[in-house]
Amino acid sequence: MAQSDAEMPLRSAALNRRRGISRSQLEGIAPMNVLNEWAFVGLFAVMAPVFPALPIVIAWLFRPRKPNVLKSSTYECGVETIGDTWVQFRVQYYIYGLIFLIFDVEMVFLFPWAVAYNELNLFGFVAGFLFIFLLTDALFYAWKKDALDWK
Amino acid sequence: MDELCTGLCKLMVESGADAGLAQFLSLLVGVLLVSGVPLLTVIILIWVERKVAARIQDRIGPNRVGPIGLMQTFADLLKLLGKEDITPTSADRVLYNAAPLVSFASVVLIWVVVPFTPFHFGVDLEIGALYFVAVASLGTLAIMTAGWASNNKYALLGAFRVVALLVSYEVPLVFALLVPVMLAGSMSMLDIVNAQTGMWFVVLSPLAFAIFYISSQAETGRAPFDLIEAESELVAGFNIEYSGMKFGMFFAAEFLHVFTNGILMALLFFGGWMGPLYYESPLIAFAWLGLKGTIIYLTTLWLRNTVPRLRIDQIMAFNWKFLVPLSIANLILLSAALKILQELGFAPRDMLSASFVEVLPTTVIMLLINLVMIVYLLGILRKRGQEARRESRANQAALAQAASGAGD
Repeated sequence: MAQSDAEMPLRSAALNRRRGISRSQLEGIAPMNVLNEWAFVGLFAVMAPVFPALPIVIAWLFRPRKPNVLKSSTYECGVETIGDTWVQFRVQYYIYGLIFLIFDVEMVFLFPWAVAYNELNLFGFVAGFLFIFLLTDALFYAWKKDALDWK
Repeated sequence: MDELCTGLCKLMVESGADAGLAQFLSLLVGVLLVSGVPLLTVIILIWVERKVAARIQDRIGPNRVGPIGLMQTFADLLKLLGKEDITPTSADRVLYNAAPLVSFASVVLIWVVVPFTPFHFGVDLEIGALYFVAVASLGTLAIMTAGWASNNKYALLGAFRVVALLVSYEVPLVFALLVPVMLAGSMSMLDIVNAQTGMWFVVLSPLAFAIFYISSQAETGRAPFDLIEAESELVAGFNIEYSGMKFGMFFAAEFLHVFTNGILMALLFFGGWMGPLYYESPLIAFAWLGLKGTIIYLTTLWLRNTVPRLRIDQIMAFNWKFLVPLSIANLILLSAALKILQELGFAPRDMLSASFVEVLPTTVIMLLINLVMIVYLLGILRKRGQEARRESRANQAALAQAASGAGD
């Protein structure tokens, strides 16, 4: 499989790509180009749930089926369930959810900054810093408001 | 067409197949090849996990079925095939059945961007690192779905806790992931590995690796963050109502996720397939990646089997008040240092083409920054530990005094 060093040294597969050598010349498992890449991911996403589904379906063919009222009631260590499960839950979980949401959305903006890092000029670099500073500021605000304490 | 259709696809077209069909089939073969790797490893992983856990706990572990118990997984699979699958009458059937599928699929999907050797990979997405973050959080969704659809209070309570934990630890995970992305100047996994030709990123930033390691241990729900199955508190957590093969799928997903994280850490921080003679043959490159991934995987097993579980408030406080500020500080300091070095001309502008000597000044400076941070952090942790111990001793003394007072 290995090609001779003179043709294309192994370590510089990515370099070659940058130099404009087409991706299809690289020996990936699937043929490489942007459209095919995402077709591959799409097909993979369709196939991925099939793998766990297969044993479940096979088990469905073999397994015994003897349900009764008690067996298929909600399991709470033998105690009968009181009331509905789908009720209001404490707000703490949602506060963590909100803090996470803020961070997650803003972190997505940091990825382009990190990718372009080597070519950034001072302005772009400081802009990224300001952005991180605002993030940290929000974290300290939540901290001082005791939103991070598990109560 | 030449661009789109190469290799196997070209072969099929030449032997007279329809071009579209040939393309689809070659993609399908690719998908099966790539997904075959995690699906085959998970069979071995279940045995490894049980054997290692047993050895750490001074037991023998599976040793009956096949040589040294190697066939145990197949025996378990056969057993699970014959188990009755109970769906509670009050459950939301569609979501209840979908959850194990999503859980397993989310882990298998990570392998799309895992390059096995410099030349053999599923696809080398330009946004590989971001794709990993996106797909990995599907697992969180599966847990929430499972807990909600079960219509069981323990399951829902467990799911709420676990989701709060998982989303929290994703923040330091992504901040740690930003460091290799920044150093390589690319989100493509192939580029990130190739950028480590000069020096492994773990040497440039051991702290980023440590944060990534801890967060991924939490993301897989392993001790000391194993609230995901806090048997003693929540019966079993989100998967309490699951039985038979569906239960098995949750477990297979978890085992596979741990190993996948090991491989990812090898790729992001330990130079992937870099090692002596890797350029001689893809097989050697593949072996290096497997070896590094396995070693990291075994350390996570070791950790899992030796540390006790933390309380949820401790876990949350550790994340938001320690790990997140630390990961932000790490990113800020390293990026500032690297920029200054680049402006002074000591650091290469492009890690991809940098050799060991070119990266050396950067390595020394960044490693020093990280070491200073680590020493400072150890000081803080030591002080906190002393305070906590003093407090607990005082509490115990007060309790003992109260008890002896009551006895009089």
